[in-house]
Amino acid sequence: MKILGISAFYHDSAAAIIQDGKILAAAQEERFTRKKHDPSFPSNAVSFCLEYAGEELNDLDAIVFYDKPLLKFERLLETYYAFAPQGIRSFIRAIPVWLKEKMFLKRLIYEELAKVGPFNKKRVKLLFPEHHLSHAASAFYPSPHEEAAIITVDGVGEWSTASICHGKGKDISILKELQFPHSIGLLYSAFTYFLGFRVNSGEYKLMGLAPYGHPDSEEVREYIRMIKKELVELKEDGSVWLNQSYFNYATGLRMVKDKKWEALFGFPKRKAEAPLEQKHCNLGMAIQKITEEAVINMAREAKRLTGSHNLCMAGGVALNCVANGKLQEVGIFDKLFIQPAAGDAGGALGGALAAHHIYFDQERTPAHPERDAMQGAYLGPEFSELDIEASARRNKARFTKIEDFSALCDEVALVIEEGKAVGWFQGRMEFGPRALGARSILGDARNPEMQKKLNLKIKYRESFRPFAPSVLAEECDQYFDHQGSSPYMLLVKPVKEERRTELPEGYHDFDLKEKLYYQRSDVPAITHIDFSARIQTVHKDTNPQYWELIDAFQRRTGTGLLVNTSFNVRGEPIVCTPDDAYRCFMRTEMDYLVMGNYLFKKTKQPDWKEKSNWKEEFVLD
Amino acid sequence: MDFLKDLFKFLMQRKKFWLMPIIFILLVLGVLIVIGGGSAIAPFIYTLF
Repeated sequence: MKILGISAFYHDSAAAIIQDGKILAAAQEERFTRKKHDPSFPSNAVSFCLEYAGEELNDLDAIVFYDKPLLKFERLLETYYAFAPQGIRSFIRAIPVWLKEKMFLKRLIYEELAKVGPFNKKRVKLLFPEHHLSHAASAFYPSPHEEAAIITVDGVGEWSTASICHGKGKDISILKELQFPHSIGLLYSAFTYFLGFRVNSGEYKLMGLAPYGHPDSEEVREYIRMIKKELVELKEDGSVWLNQSYFNYATGLRMVKDKKWEALFGFPKRKAEAPLEQKHCNLGMAIQKITEEAVINMAREAKRLTGSHNLCMAGGVALNCVANGKLQEVGIFDKLFIQPAAGDAGGALGGALAAHHIYFDQERTPAHPERDAMQGAYLGPEFSELDIEASARRNKARFTKIEDFSALCDEVALVIEEGKAVGWFQGRMEFGPRALGARSILGDARNPEMQKKLNLKIKYRESFRPFAPSVLAEECDQYFDHQGSSPYMLLVKPVKEERRTELPEGYHDFDLKEKLYYQRSDVPAITHIDFSARIQTVHKDTNPQYWELIDAFQRRTGTGLLVNTSFNVRGEPIVCTPDDAYRCFMRTEMDYLVMGNYLFKKTKQPDWKEKSNWKEEFVLD
Repeated sequence: MDFLKDLFKFLMQRKKFWLMPIIFILLVLGVLIVIGGGSAIAPFIYTLF
C-alpha cells in the first residue's frame, strides 16, 4: 500500500511517501524552490517522493492532505460572527482568498497533481485527516513505542490548538483538545511579534534570546506576574485561556493590540532589527518560562489521562527544545519521542501514516523497541558522485577527490582543528528544520572565536544566536548532563559543571555583548549564555559518515564534539543540491566544502562573480 | 458541483445549518469578486486563515 502525504497552502509545504507503513521519502518544498517556509503546492517535493519510490500518481492507494479545509472555513466564519462587528476589515480582505482558492482546495489539489504527472482522480482516493490528528500520527507511528501518550501543540489547525491523545498499536484516540482562540503557540507567536521577530519563523530566535534575561531579576518576576494576571490563565490541565482584549489575531491583521501591550509592559513593540535591550531579553525569558509551565502541565494531564510511561510530541511548540529539555528533566514520562519535523511539514508524513493505520486499518509493529522509524530524519534527496562532479564542472570549481573516506575525515578534522569552517554535504537531506550532519556547516566548538565567525562572517545573522553541538552518542555524558540520545537536536540540556568556567561577579548585569563573548566553558562555541546546549547525539547506525568525521576529530583532539549549524545563510532555506551548496560556500567566508568524497578549498576556487546583490534574494527571517 | 456536494455533506455532518445563508451570500460575493477581477492577496502576518 502506497500513500502520499501533502501539507501546503499555509506555511512549510512538504510531501512524504510511505509504503506499507514504512517511510520512504519526505522533503519540504522550500528546499527546491529556495523560498524559506514556501507555502505553495509542493510540486517539486511530490515529484521527488514519487521518483524515489519509483511510483506514479495513479499507482498510489491514496493521497492525503494534512488538514480539513472546510472545518477551517467553519472556524473562520464562526470567529468573525462571534467577534462582529470587530474584524470587518480583515473579513473583507480574507474572504476573497477563501472564495478564490481555499474553499476549492480539493479542485486546486487535483489541478496541481495533474501538473506533476498523469493523474486520474477517480482512481486515487483523496483524504483529509484533521490537522492535529496528522501531528499526533507523525509523532506516534514512527516512535518506538507500542503504546504512548501523545501531545500536539501548535498555533492553530482547524479549531484545535493543542490535543492530548493516546496511541495504542494502530489506534489513536483523542482525549482532550484545546480550541481556538486559546493557544499556547499563538501566545508564543504574539511575544515573537512584540519582540520584533517574524511570526512563524522567529519563534526559535525568541527561544535563543530568552536565556539572556536576568534569571533572578525583579523585572522577570514582574513580567511573569503581569502576563499571568492580564494575558493568560494557565490551568492545571495544561489548557490556557487568553484574554482576547489584548490580542488581535482572531479577527485582525496583527498578532496583538500594540497600544495595550505597550501600556502593560511599559515599552513599545520592538522594531525588526532594532537593538536588543535587557528588557526585551527579560520579557523573552518570562514568556519562555510560562510556555514551559504550560507544556509541563499538559504533560501531567496526559500522564493522568493515559497512565502511560511514554510520551510522543509534535506541533510547532514541540520544536521548543528548551521546554522539551525541562519536560524531560521533570521526569513525568520515562521515554520521550519528538517528531523531528514537528511543524506543519511533518503533517504531510503524519497524514499519510494516519491514512495507513486508521483509514485503511493496517496493523502497526514498531520497527525496534529502542529506535524510531525516522531513519535519522535523512529522508530527502541525495546526489551521486556524477552529480557532484557535474556541478563542480558547471561552476568551474577546483577540487580534490579523496577516495578513502577515513583519510578524508582525517584531513577535514585537521582543518577544523585549525579553526576553519567547513560545509559538510553528505547523503540524503534532512526532513525537518534542523541540519543533522547531512547539510551542515561545522566548526571547532573549543575555538573561542567560532561563534562570532559563524554568526557574522558565514551565516550573516544576529550575534546573539547560539550554536548547537553534534556529539558522538557514546561521548554525550562527558559533556552534558544528559543520559540517552537526542538525535534530532530537540533537547536542550546543561553543559557539565566541570566543563564550565566560573562566572565573574555581576555577570548578569553585563550587557548582551559582554555576556555573549565571555568564555563560559571549554567548549565555548556551543555553550549558551545559561550554560545550556541544544544537543544532537550522532549515531553510527544512522549517519556513519558524520560519526566517522567526529570520531576522527576526537582521535586528533580528544574532543568528540563539533559545532553544527545549518548549511545556509540567514533567510535562505538549507541547501539541497550540490549547486546550492557550492553557491552558499562561495558567497560566504566558509573555508572548505566537502561533498561526498570531494574536498573544495576556498583559496583554490576561481573568483565568484554575482550579477546582483545576492543578499537581497532572501527575505530576512 | 463536487464542492457543493462536499459542502452540503459537511454541513449535515456538523449540524451547522445556520452557516448556509452566510455561505450563500459569500458565494454571490465570490462571483462578484471573480467578475470584478479583484485581488485576493492574503493580508495576514500569521497564516491563521
